[in-house]
Amino acid sequence: MQQVPALKIDGITIGQSLAIIEYLEETRPTPRLLPQDPKRRAQVRVISDVIASGIQPLQNLSVLKQVGQENQLTWAQKVIHSGFNALEQILRSTAGKYCVGDEVSMADLCLVPQVANAERFKVDLTPYPTISRINKTLLALEAFQVSHPCRQPDTPPELRA
Amino acid sequence: MQAGKPILYSYFRSSCSWRVRIALALKSIDYETVPINLIKDGGQQFSEEFQALNPMQQVPALKIDGITIGQSLAIIEYLEETRPTPRLLPQDPKRRAQVRVISDVIASGIQPLQNLSVLKQVGQENQLTWAQKVIHSGFNALEQILRSTAGKYCVGDEVSMADLCLVPQVANAERFKVDLTPYPTISRINKTLLALEAFQVSHPCRQPDTPPELRA
Repeated sequence: MQQVPALKIDGITIGQSLAIIEYLEETRPTPRLLPQDPKRRAQVRVISDVIASGIQPLQNLSVLKQVGQENQLTWAQKVIHSGFNALEQILRSTAGKYCVGDEVSMADLCLVPQVANAERFKVDLTPYPTISRINKTLLALEAFQVSHPCRQPDTPPELRA
Repeated sequence: MQAGKPILYSYFRSSCSWRVRIALALKSIDYETVPINLIKDGGQQFSEEFQALNPMQQVPALKIDGITIGQSLAIIEYLEETRPTPRLLPQDPKRRAQVRVISDVIASGIQPLQNLSVLKQVGQENQLTWAQKVIHSGFNALEQILRSTAGKYCVGDEVSMADLCLVPQVANAERFKVDLTPYPTISRINKTLLALEAFQVSHPCRQPDTPPELRA
């Protein structure tokens, strides 16, 4: 697919972030990233898919290139607003401390990076208080900090934390 | 388990709805269809009533076991976990990953970029070129992936969630006049799958909301 991420593990290479995460969950099941109950698992997957199919692909680099430089910001904002409107509504019925109840799940792993995208495209997050609250709570966790774009091997010096 | 048949909110031509229809057919789950016409009345998916049911304002949505689930792959994974026979995902985690990769390539990498709402924004004169570009791009990758995963079907010789994604996406490709000659593996698997009953009963030309001129 000529895209990142790709993970080389256990003798195979897997593309597609959610396929990678589900593989990690099935082969290294602790701590869990998906609840035990099938209905809550469905909620986690719905939220993850809303982001991973419904928002991000529409505002990724290759699509923005095709949209043309002068339209990019408007396009990205429209796409994110559309998706976040739906997400905010969904989260109001699924969220506890995190996206689904009170355990960190695959949905949370999708939320935080998408909020960062939204901020990069100057999307006003005022209409999305639930998204904002959960994002803030997650960013305080160590896993979300060590993995942050500003702390990576390839982070440019001027963006390093 | 709740009493009463599951309800599928579906549009005959929606490739995402077709994926779920195939899953329901393969698992012999009897259901009711509530057609949502994506074009009539400005798009019935935008009604307040439907938005309350599915905030993404998209089809498919499945009402089952007292809950409503949007997002076709989330629906299919739920069906797999609650009605595990026949399987739609292999047992081995590496093969399951292959099934999910192929499904995600289609469901995240191709279809959303050529769905109705994106095409509307691209503008009528650009739509065909845009859709063809998106599909070619995705099918180039898919053809390569399938060369190492496919047997009779997308992953080995058992029908999986990947196959449920493939057939509707090939139908989209045909609708956008995409030349499928560069994709012999995709074409072969698609042909094999279309011969199966579940892919036939769920076909867009056989739905309650199929327009008369398109009926099989």
